[in-house]
Amino acid sequence: MSAPILFSRGRVIDPRSQVDGVRDVLLRDGKVAEISEAPLQVPGAQVVDARGRWVLPGFIDLHVHLREPGEEGKETILTGSRSAVAGGFTAVVAMPNTKIVNDSALVTELVLSRARAANLCHVYPAGAITKGLKGEELAEMGELISAGCVCITDDGRPVMSASLMRRALQYSTLFDIPVMVHEEDLTLSGKGAMTEGPTATRLGLAPIPSSAEIVMVARDLVLLEETGGRLHIAHISCEGSVRLVREAKKRGLKVTAEATPHHFTLDDTAVGSYDTHAKMNPPLRLRRDVEALREALADGTIDAIATDHAPHGILDKQVEFEKGINGVVGLETALGLTLALVHDGVLSPLKAVELLTDGPARAFGLPGGHLGAGAPADVTLVDPEVEWAVDAERFFSKSRNTPFNGRLLKGRVTQTWVSGRLVFSDGQIKESR
Amino acid sequence: MRHLLGIEGWRREEIETLLDRAEAHLPRGSANASVLQGKVVANLFFEDSTRTRTSFEMAAKMLGAQVLNWTAAGSSVSKGETLLDTVRNIEATGPVALVIRHRSSGAPHLVAKHVRCAVINAGDGTHEHPSQALLDAFTLRKHWGKLDGRTVLIVGDILHSRVARSNILCLTALGARVVACGPPTLLPVGLKELGAEVTTNLDAALPQADAVMCLRLQLERQSESFFPSTREFSRLFGLNVARSEKMKSGALVMHPGPINRGVELAPAVADGARSVILEQVANGVAVRRAILEVCS
Ligand SMILES: [Zn+2]
Repeated sequence: MSAPILFSRGRVIDPRSQVDGVRDVLLRDGKVAEISEAPLQVPGAQVVDARGRWVLPGFIDLHVHLREPGEEGKETILTGSRSAVAGGFTAVVAMPNTKIVNDSALVTELVLSRARAANLCHVYPAGAITKGLKGEELAEMGELISAGCVCITDDGRPVMSASLMRRALQYSTLFDIPVMVHEEDLTLSGKGAMTEGPTATRLGLAPIPSSAEIVMVARDLVLLEETGGRLHIAHISCEGSVRLVREAKKRGLKVTAEATPHHFTLDDTAVGSYDTHAKMNPPLRLRRDVEALREALADGTIDAIATDHAPHGILDKQVEFEKGINGVVGLETALGLTLALVHDGVLSPLKAVELLTDGPARAFGLPGGHLGAGAPADVTLVDPEVEWAVDAERFFSKSRNTPFNGRLLKGRVTQTWVSGRLVFSDGQIKESR
Repeated sequence: MRHLLGIEGWRREEIETLLDRAEAHLPRGSANASVLQGKVVANLFFEDSTRTRTSFEMAAKMLGAQVLNWTAAGSSVSKGETLLDTVRNIEATGPVALVIRHRSSGAPHLVAKHVRCAVINAGDGTHEHPSQALLDAFTLRKHWGKLDGRTVLIVGDILHSRVARSNILCLTALGARVVACGPPTLLPVGLKELGAEVTTNLDAALPQADAVMCLRLQLERQSESFFPSTREFSRLFGLNVARSEKMKSGALVMHPGPINRGVELAPAVADGARSVILEQVANGVAVRRAILEVCS
């Protein structure tokens, strides 16, 4: 076995054990062995001097699009994994809406084998709720789960049929996995290109009312209450949805929710004069929705920060706004945007870290997300003081579609360790040969 | 060279200077008729509009320019060529200005980021139609001298109207009060932020107006249930003869054309003494000459 690794004298923030202070962390045999308040002396250990750094559980992203199989020009499992570890993520959940939809064990196995070959972060596939994401028939949930899927979702599309959604939740109780939902009533969003509000009116862009999301959240919470199962709401984006989730949690329903950095950072005005980099689904909402998301991140209504990392080529964005493809890449800017909430006094460091680690781990029942003894040796080191400007040209992702290019952020990942192996250090990917 | 992408971003003095220039382009005006001699103006109409295209074409020719008329029908656009590819090909022929009509809001803005010549928005999606607003303001100014303190009532499908957006911005910039009126389904949120007051009660608003601008109703909106029928629309929001009698004496009736006669506007009102609709068309050419002159 390789030598033990000792992170010495860093500020360890481990939300699950509520630790926030200077500690030593010892990794041994691919697991966390110990967190110690007193300095540890471990003969033969590789010592990482972590003074002035934050030592955190590796981040977990419940929502990424790796585009493979089918759109390898935008991203591959390898390039997506590089982007993930560069952003401090040691695990990602890969959405099934690839060009060849992940609605069968064959595709799940392909994703897993490409992830093994990349050998950077953990990649957990998500399977489709319905065959071909068509919203007509259930996909073989049992087969998908036994092949390695950790949740099912038709992400990118809602399940418009209430009765099919009801059955998906009912049936999922066989496996105790979350059903992840993209909440959008398509009859309300229609041909809309951005959220309804003064900006949409000024730009003359067809509006998407927030009710398009809220009514589906309401519907699915009703179905959840009736059927049991676990509901996970992807990229929640408006005040009304947050209110419904908060109330449902109070009543004890098994519902979790995630919010993206772009939705809790930007409002509709970021569309400016038709900037397609600010085009996403759900659309950027109004300032009051951004405020509501921030509040919900702080009070525990939202469980996880997820990026909805959605790589697209430049030609998908250099078009009329209405034609622009939705989505932004997010893995490499997530930490800095999350820490901006800490600098703004919205989140404590402990809460911010929880939303990137323990929160997502618990929502999906994934290993990791904490630094307790026996946890996977997935560790992210952060320099909380460094200020840097986002430069999309330097992303490890294959794509550059971000509305944050040029933005100044404070706090950056300096090292990422997966299963006790250094995979990212000071701007370099450490690929195993 | 500057672009005319919308009224948004133009200051009052700039608008007034442009309207002053348009005065010089009226028949018997003093403007130099050959400022664009030997130059090319490209008309790119991705969406049909005989009126606006003809008006820009006449304006360009009267300034001595050659006009390149390009229409989407039968072009490589139908074969999947992107907007930017199309525009770059046309730009390569060396025009001083691109006049663009497009069904997507913001299309001229996208083009302006990628070309070196002037871009003039001749109507984009449901966003702006600045030359129309300028000619409307010009027409009102000819009647009133100045717009300060006047009330203009815009009636109909505000939600889908680029004419309404440009007019709200332009008329308020020139000191007028603008009231937008229509059924709630056709009034977008945030009109106040654009500068307009909002009402759904035409009969109450009408007696206060110094001018009423009826918008063309797109009849296919009925099938999208923005309103139950053109009959009901006409009953509630059409400017019929009885209603026009409630208008202030001397108040004007406007319409950007083409009119659905008997729907948003009764024929007798469209052709009546209050109507300035044909003046709008005539003034359009002078205003567009001024635009081409300022932007090229
Ligand atoms: Zn997604």
